[in-house]
Amino acid sequence: MQNQGSLLRWMRSLFAVAVCVVVAGHTPAAANTELTVYSAYENDDLKAYKAAFENDNPGITINWVRDSTGVVTAKLLAERENPRADAVWGLAVTSLLVLDEFDLLQAYTPKGLDKLSPAMRDSSGSPKWFGNSGWICAIIFNEAESKKRNLPKPSTWKELMNPAYRGQIVMSHPASSGTGFMYVSAWLQLYGEAEGWKFMDALHQNIARYMHSGSAPAALAAKGEYAVGLGFDVRGSRLKEEGAPIDIILPRDGLGWDMNTMAIIKGTKKLEAARKLVDWGVSETANKLYGSTRSIAAMPGYAKPLAHLPGDMDIRIMKQDFAWAAKHRARILAEWERRYGSKADPKKT
Amino acid sequence: MGGIRQAAPLGDRVLGAATVLVAALLIVGLAIPLAIMLAKSYQDSRGAFVGLANYAAYFSSPAPLASIGNTFVIGVVSTLVTIPLAFAYAYGIHRSRMPGKGVFRAIALIPLLTPSLLFALSFVQLFGNQGILKDLLFGQTIYGPIGIVAGMTFAHFPHTFIIISTALSLADRRLFEAAESLGTSQLRIFRTLTLPAAKYGLVSAAIVSFMLSITDFGIPKVIGGQYDVLATDIYKKVIGQQDFELGAVVSVLLLIAAVLAFAAVRTVQRKQVAMMSTRAIPYEPRPRRAFDTVMFLYCAVIALAIVGIIAVAGVSSFIKFWPYNLGLTLRHYNFDLAAGGGWQAYLNSLKLATWTAVVGTAIVFLGAYQVEKSRGMTRIRQLIQVLAATPMAVPGLVLGLAYIFFFNDAANPLGFLYGSMGILVLVTIIHYYSVTHFTMVTALKQIDADFESVSDSLKTPRYRTLWRVTVPLCMPAILDVSIYFFLSAMTTVSAVVFLYSTHTSLASIAVINMDDAGEFAHASAMAMVIVATCIAARGVHWLLTRGIQRRTQAWRAA
Repeated sequence: MQNQGSLLRWMRSLFAVAVCVVVAGHTPAAANTELTVYSAYENDDLKAYKAAFENDNPGITINWVRDSTGVVTAKLLAERENPRADAVWGLAVTSLLVLDEFDLLQAYTPKGLDKLSPAMRDSSGSPKWFGNSGWICAIIFNEAESKKRNLPKPSTWKELMNPAYRGQIVMSHPASSGTGFMYVSAWLQLYGEAEGWKFMDALHQNIARYMHSGSAPAALAAKGEYAVGLGFDVRGSRLKEEGAPIDIILPRDGLGWDMNTMAIIKGTKKLEAARKLVDWGVSETANKLYGSTRSIAAMPGYAKPLAHLPGDMDIRIMKQDFAWAAKHRARILAEWERRYGSKADPKKT
Repeated sequence: MGGIRQAAPLGDRVLGAATVLVAALLIVGLAIPLAIMLAKSYQDSRGAFVGLANYAAYFSSPAPLASIGNTFVIGVVSTLVTIPLAFAYAYGIHRSRMPGKGVFRAIALIPLLTPSLLFALSFVQLFGNQGILKDLLFGQTIYGPIGIVAGMTFAHFPHTFIIISTALSLADRRLFEAAESLGTSQLRIFRTLTLPAAKYGLVSAAIVSFMLSITDFGIPKVIGGQYDVLATDIYKKVIGQQDFELGAVVSVLLLIAAVLAFAAVRTVQRKQVAMMSTRAIPYEPRPRRAFDTVMFLYCAVIALAIVGIIAVAGVSSFIKFWPYNLGLTLRHYNFDLAAGGGWQAYLNSLKLATWTAVVGTAIVFLGAYQVEKSRGMTRIRQLIQVLAATPMAVPGLVLGLAYIFFFNDAANPLGFLYGSMGILVLVTIIHYYSVTHFTMVTALKQIDADFESVSDSLKTPRYRTLWRVTVPLCMPAILDVSIYFFLSAMTTVSAVVFLYSTHTSLASIAVINMDDAGEFAHASAMAMVIVATCIAARGVHWLLTRGIQRRTQAWRAA
């Protein structure tokens, strides 16, 4: 019984500690300004960007909150009555435009904004979002599997309509992933709506699965789970470096793309520091950093070519109207769901 | 302990205050969030009341009807597959004289120690387009209903096995001996004695399996392909389209389905009458060579399948680049290279599991003690009883979404919990409250109420009886509850997937996120780390239970 008693006392004090911890919750911020920045950049990028920014801006610390594009956007919208982020750094422009519709972004004109390429900044009088870098819609083509299945190598999007690819193509689900939506919106702008949907009708016949994530299609094609993955360039380049037997095809009929952007969240109590973040985020130093791992930097000429890819991406990409895409997103997704969403049974391979 | 006499009323008052605290916790952690979520489903994105407009919008396309149908099909088929498999397995353990029963029993429970996603990951490895056993599917794809059902069969096997096993263990040897001496055939005995006795256990197990299947999120997410179910629909609406209101609509639908199933379980349980009289003699199977051999072979196949499937994930976590480079590597255990929060996520999971086990057990014990042993405060005790049974019928995703609505409200003074470890601990405790509460109530019921009345007549304060008598007697149940909380917190996905933040990312969530990002080997590796941790925790639990049983449970044998 003696032991029982001490066990109990131990449990009781643990319980007390637990209550304290749960109640105390957060510790107050340190003396210097701590910026809470939401991001969908990858971990490697976050480390490099934070170190470089803090080095140039002593007294400001970045506190990253990182997640996938969909989750970060959902979080910002869910928190809109009570924003917890001071700024966003590294989110798809289409997501920022959705946030703008809810009036969540603070306008600001940072120094040197005009040095960014016009396609990669908000050209309105009171700019609210600022481009960092871009990525490109590519076709990740598994050479080994295609040889086994005698598949031709496509050089345009439209060649993917060929019935030979039936059940061989994977892409992101436009309703679950920003990447998937980027493809759909690019095709609609490239071919016009009527022809764009006709293309997707045919493509749909060949799609094996619509994945819920943006990076999965490239990964699945690299593993040979499917022969063709509609995935983005950065990912494909990295997988090829790891030894995947793939070719990264940039379709000749038009290169859709998306942009990583930053913005200040309206109502932040740390506006000064947030402005400094944006100032730095559009600077030459920052663009050099973006360009070291992406095929497009907002400041023209700063991107180094990725392994296995050409260097002149900012010339190859198509002209894309992101505002149009954001405005019609709900309608396009509803139409997409109507046409392809109710497909219950997966296609056989 | 000199001042006990003076402190007595204070101690009992603290106990009373604790009751109110438990009730308050259940209201704040369960009742209010659910109510707010229900309200959300009638509002537009700016908070204006729109009646049934969201429901109308949801049902305007054919996709949701397909999801509802699919959810139902998955629930029914996976139940029809799981129940016979689990029944035959339990039947072998209880009614045959085969060797290795202890091992078989232990293996049947292993899936409780693994994140359910692990089975889905292994099935992809085995039956995916590059899988070694792909040809066994005869051209069907694993990505879809086949994969979902297969994954669920393994993941839900232990739950159904436990229920059926309990039902089969209640058999009166005298009845079977009488039947055999009358020359009744084994088939007839099975039909007229075994099945009727196990009937309610089977029905309960079937409904539990149905409920687990329709609310599971991880398996359909990883292996479901285009086969949409309600659980993945909620995720798609909230994370993919940031449409919280439609997410709430789908949540309400899933909640209704789960509540109906739950009501069915309760009805069945109420019908169950005592099959065992006090004079019953526990059944002892007699050796029957052919039957014992068949049962042994059957159980061996199932046990090998369970162990084998987990081993597949283990092996694939060491392969460099499947299927093009089959060299071995430890690289995939460097989680900092992958999505999902790295090793920090694992440490967070340990923290969550420990807090949930410690705090959850204390709260559940207090709640159960008050319901079972205290006098007065009848209303509050009834409230605890009702609320304690509710989480059983609330899918984790629904609870998680409800928490976003409630805890992120600017007006909520508890808003500071949002994004913290505290909210994860709270949601996990609430999510697993029902089972733990009933376990504790059952344990408390076994202790004679005379202890309280004697202590009252001796003017010993109640809390002293509680510390000195009740808690030590309940130690095995307390340990069971805490290990259940610990294992659940290590493997849970659905309740926390909307609530974790960057600083509180979890290992189980990392598995989903790695799979999502196409980092399959990393996902398997993290799942294996979770399995290893759970096995270790189970080992510690076993040692503790054995030690305590020796010291405090001698009265049971008497």
